[in-house]
Amino acid sequence: MTRIITVTSGKGGVGKTTTSASFATGLAQRGFKTAVIDFDVGLRNLDLIMGCERRVVYDLINVINGEATLTQALIKDKHCDNLWVLPASQTRDKDALKEEGVEKVLAELTHQGFDYIVCDSPAGIEHGAVMALTFADEAVVVTNPEVSSVRDSDRILGILQAKSRRSIEGREPVKEHLLITRYNPGRVEAGEMLSYKDIQEILRVPIIGVVPESEDVLQASNQGAPVIHQKESDAALAYQDIIARFLGEEKPLRFVDYVKPGILKRLFGGK
Amino acid sequence: MSLLSMLFGNKPKTAQVAKERLQLIIAHERDGGGNADFLPDLQRELIAVISKYVKVNPDDIRVSLEKQDRYEVLEVNIVLPEKP
Ligand SMILES: Nc1ncnc2c1ncn2[C@@H]1O[C@H](COP(=O)(O)OP(=O)(O)OP(=O)(O)O)[C@@H](O)[C@H]1O
Ligand SMILES: [Mg+2]
Repeated sequence: MTRIITVTSGKGGVGKTTTSASFATGLAQRGFKTAVIDFDVGLRNLDLIMGCERRVVYDLINVINGEATLTQALIKDKHCDNLWVLPASQTRDKDALKEEGVEKVLAELTHQGFDYIVCDSPAGIEHGAVMALTFADEAVVVTNPEVSSVRDSDRILGILQAKSRRSIEGREPVKEHLLITRYNPGRVEAGEMLSYKDIQEILRVPIIGVVPESEDVLQASNQGAPVIHQKESDAALAYQDIIARFLGEEKPLRFVDYVKPGILKRLFGGK
Repeated sequence: MSLLSMLFGNKPKTAQVAKERLQLIIAHERDGGGNADFLPDLQRELIAVISKYVKVNPDDIRVSLEKQDRYEVLEVNIVLPEKP
């Protein structure tokens, strides 16, 4: 059975694409045949984060319009087996993202035997974001510990409940997961940042994981390899735990408690 | 609150303020509050009904929605013309 997972947030720039890239990679590393689709028509970026920008020939809209086949448009990831990327169109306007077209592409991926389809949603609550969540079986709501991000997450949860096919057809609702990212335990400890417990209490969605603020994310995007590949990085370990929890394994939260920097670190700096 | 900040009477932490503000606004928005796009229609229909009985000027009817702590107040203000 193919599962469609939409990574969404309402607010822009909170870490959806970063999360989609690492989430899809993590699933593929576990041996699942996985496709990750960029729904951000006009602002394609997933290709850069995945490091396949120079291999883009066709995109999602080409496939919807029948200008290319799905097989022609899917880009095989070069870092990892079992993983394919379907880029967004950079040129077309957003209305080209037709609901029937999206449904057709998802059905064809299902037919091709994909285990997971990860949909990287654009920001906002307009057409593109709605298209990305319409066919979701599960949703990863990406939130930063910051008031506007939390409020927008609540909005997008409302839209999921109103506009997903599962809700409209009265089926079992979309399974929601809260992913908090750019978390800074030191600032939480100092009372300057909402804690993950506060956010969960407000949004009332089960937490799938907390990703710390990490310099490795920028390094990863510079190089075009999702951060989950950086074995020694806290952000990578957090994303690996998230995959484990998604697959039903028990993993206690890590990187949520403040650890005082050791004397050496304080003297010589470091991350 | 930690013992130290209790002793030195720090001001409330901003994270706590953020949490309280979010709880209020999200509860409100979940109720479909902030969603008062029916107000113009309501105003138009009120004018139509009231005009059947008294001659009022559309400007003499004001409808507003105000949020108080835990409830909302719909206020309809009608200025009736003075008797000639
Ligand atoms: N854990 C993290 N630590 C530090 N920086 C991060 C982290 N996660 C994401 N970022 C940074 O935040 C920025 C936005 O990330 P990203 O592009 O993934 O967000 P987005 O939600 O997809 O944005 P958009 O709404 O524009 O599509 C990027 O510069 C990224 O490097
Ligand atoms: Mg993005």
